[in-house]
Amino acid sequence: MKKLMLSTAIAAFAAGAAYAESHSVVRMGTEGAYPPWNFINDAGEVDGFERELGDELCARAELTCEWVTNEWDSIIPNLVSGNYDTIIAGMSITDERDEVIDFTQAYTPPDPSSYLAMDAGLDVTGAVIAAQAATIQAAYVAEQGWTLVEFPTPEETVNAVRNGEADAVLADKAYLEPFSGQDGLVLLERSEMIGGGVGVGVRESDGELKAALDAAIQSMKDDGSLNALIEKWEVASTW
Amino acid sequence: MFEFCAEPDTLGRIQWLSCYLTTGKHMNFYWSFLTVLVLLAITAPTALLFGFGGATAARSAFAPLRWFGKAYIAIVRGVPDIAFFLFFVIALDQLFEYIRHRIKCPDWVDPIWQGNDFIVCTAAKLPLGNAPQWVHETYGFFLAVLTFAIVFGAFAANVLYGAMQAVPRAQLETAEAYGMSRRQVFRRILVPQMWLYALPGLSNLWMILIKATPLLFLLGVEDIVYWARELGGSINERFTDYPHGDWRIWYFLGLLIFYLAFTRVSEIAFDRLTRRLTHGQATIGGEAMRKAAT
Amino acid sequence: MMTCWETIQAYGLRSIGIGERLLPRDDFTLCQQFTLIGSGMIWNLYYGLVAIAVGFFIASALAVAKGSANRWLRKPAEWFIFVFRGSPLFIQFFFAYFLFLSLKQYGIMPWLTSAQAGALIVLILNTSAYSAEIFYGALRAVPKGDVEAADAYGLSGWPRFKRIIWPTMLRLAWPAYTNEAIFLFHATALVSFSGFPTWGQRGDALYYASYFADKTFNPFVPYPILAFYFILLTLTVIAIFGRVNRQLNRHLPKERRQKMRLRMNLIR
Repeated sequence: MKKLMLSTAIAAFAAGAAYAESHSVVRMGTEGAYPPWNFINDAGEVDGFERELGDELCARAELTCEWVTNEWDSIIPNLVSGNYDTIIAGMSITDERDEVIDFTQAYTPPDPSSYLAMDAGLDVTGAVIAAQAATIQAAYVAEQGWTLVEFPTPEETVNAVRNGEADAVLADKAYLEPFSGQDGLVLLERSEMIGGGVGVGVRESDGELKAALDAAIQSMKDDGSLNALIEKWEVASTW
Repeated sequence: MFEFCAEPDTLGRIQWLSCYLTTGKHMNFYWSFLTVLVLLAITAPTALLFGFGGATAARSAFAPLRWFGKAYIAIVRGVPDIAFFLFFVIALDQLFEYIRHRIKCPDWVDPIWQGNDFIVCTAAKLPLGNAPQWVHETYGFFLAVLTFAIVFGAFAANVLYGAMQAVPRAQLETAEAYGMSRRQVFRRILVPQMWLYALPGLSNLWMILIKATPLLFLLGVEDIVYWARELGGSINERFTDYPHGDWRIWYFLGLLIFYLAFTRVSEIAFDRLTRRLTHGQATIGGEAMRKAAT
Repeated sequence: MMTCWETIQAYGLRSIGIGERLLPRDDFTLCQQFTLIGSGMIWNLYYGLVAIAVGFFIASALAVAKGSANRWLRKPAEWFIFVFRGSPLFIQFFFAYFLFLSLKQYGIMPWLTSAQAGALIVLILNTSAYSAEIFYGALRAVPKGDVEAADAYGLSGWPRFKRIIWPTMLRLAWPAYTNEAIFLFHATALVSFSGFPTWGQRGDALYYASYFADKTFNPFVPYPILAFYFILLTLTVIAIFGRVNRQLNRHLPKERRQKMRLRMNLIR
């Protein structure tokens, strides 16, 4: 009996050691082009809500973390291929993504997407709507049967409204809000409830890392520090 | 960078600009020019090596090798470089890790592909999981060089293959008459002589290579176009000390000048090289030079 | 579950707005990927064919202008060729879109901001510059004897150019021009990476390939399919241009024709 217990302990220890060895450095993958969630600051470093959040999570989970940026289009293939260990890039938890990777619990609640237009009284149903290609917003507009015009980057979608290519742009409210009031751009009252909350993406085989991050997020939720961060960066509503 | 940059809002125009242009982000931008130049400098000889291998294989007397050489040239040339770049780097990375995994962890029992995940043992990871960031970046850079070299190597192979065929038969036959073996003819006559015929094609290839560098961001290398877009995009005062509107046009203008200047310098260099190689050759150009000299 | 034939009927012409409006959203089959990416190839073909057809004439004019003794003709042609050959297509797309947007704000030709018109113009100008350089090189390589013989027959000016110089130039330039055509078709793949937006999910082949790569999170299926289509396209271009080449050289004795083929590998 004693022997058995000892061997389980050794096995547990060995598993823990293997985990510690493979995750002596956790590489955090982000996009770096989506303020206020994540962006490159003047010093050329990753900054924003998710930078602060990620550093805090790593501190609480006692992990050493390192930040890397990756194109949005290939951010999931590079995670499953093992080029970094997490995706922390404002990624909404959706069923399709959940089939391929795992998500921790959400760190921001589901938030509506908003429209930004030049005319506050615009009726979006008959209008030309701009969206970033391959986003949940683009899929939503296509589904409604409205005229969709897609651009590769979020920046260009807002430009399209400014110069009249599109009547409105549909995107995350937090992304559009800083533009409202500039050059006559206004947020419309109408908003759409699409997408879930935002979570950290990890490989499906990486259960221990997921558990560690989950616990850290829970502890930040519990002591209110997560809400404080969300308010500081104005990324979403609070818990 | 400068002392007075602590509060950019209060500065005059010139000072503001000097602060703006020396932020860490701009330093990354300038650094990326160097990255691109170094990448070109390494890729060109590597691609030439691949090209040489491909051309030699395509001329080989050994049929499977010949098929391999010809297939390499035909397939890679038939596909737009962008289509390759979109999946090739991940594929190469997985291939390397798979090979290392086979060697380093022979008694690993778990499957390597678990659903969507690609998992090799820790020791086989490239670079090792706990390696510092610069190692990761260097490895990414190396993968980009390799991808570029494989794609442009196929074009180079095509050029060199043509050039080898274009060396006058009489020169090769003369060498044989002197009693050189097949290998000697190849090394001493064919290879030195073919460069003249290959040069127009290779110079063209170099120009195309230069102009393919904006696709580097697809390979995970933060190149000059990536930073120009990043820096030029309008940015809100919440996220920077230097808010500005859409300035991409100015950054791209800078890139345009860079590319045009680089092309011009390359053209001049190739002109010189052509003149040196043409010297003393039994071609129209060589004849013209001989006449001009006498 | 649709059968493959039904999928082809629903999505075969999706890229030009005919068929099912909504793109597939789950259970992505190989058949769907082949069909939609193939459907997108319609636009790649359109860009390539129109650009080659129009660019051919512009290139001929530019080549003559570059070879002209008049510096008011020569200098602009030289600069045009230098700028378009010396800068990446990516950057040309960016500037073109910016320019067309500014024009649109003044109400001038607003339709230019669509990829089908704007990106096409960039591709035409781009291939014109590359082909002009090839034609110019060939023009200088036209044998002196041909021109002298034409003079002896009393041909001069336009008839001499049309009947003697131009056909010879074309014959000399053809192998290199074939390569340019291949490169141009490859360049059409860049359109969806340019600043030009995609309207109503009617995109080119790369647009649909990246759509599937994004939805399935697996780049190893859609991009090789795209590559497969382009290999087919390249082989077709080589076959057609090879046939024209034989037609152009049909008056030559056999061994000299052989020589022509070798040049193909030399210049771009």
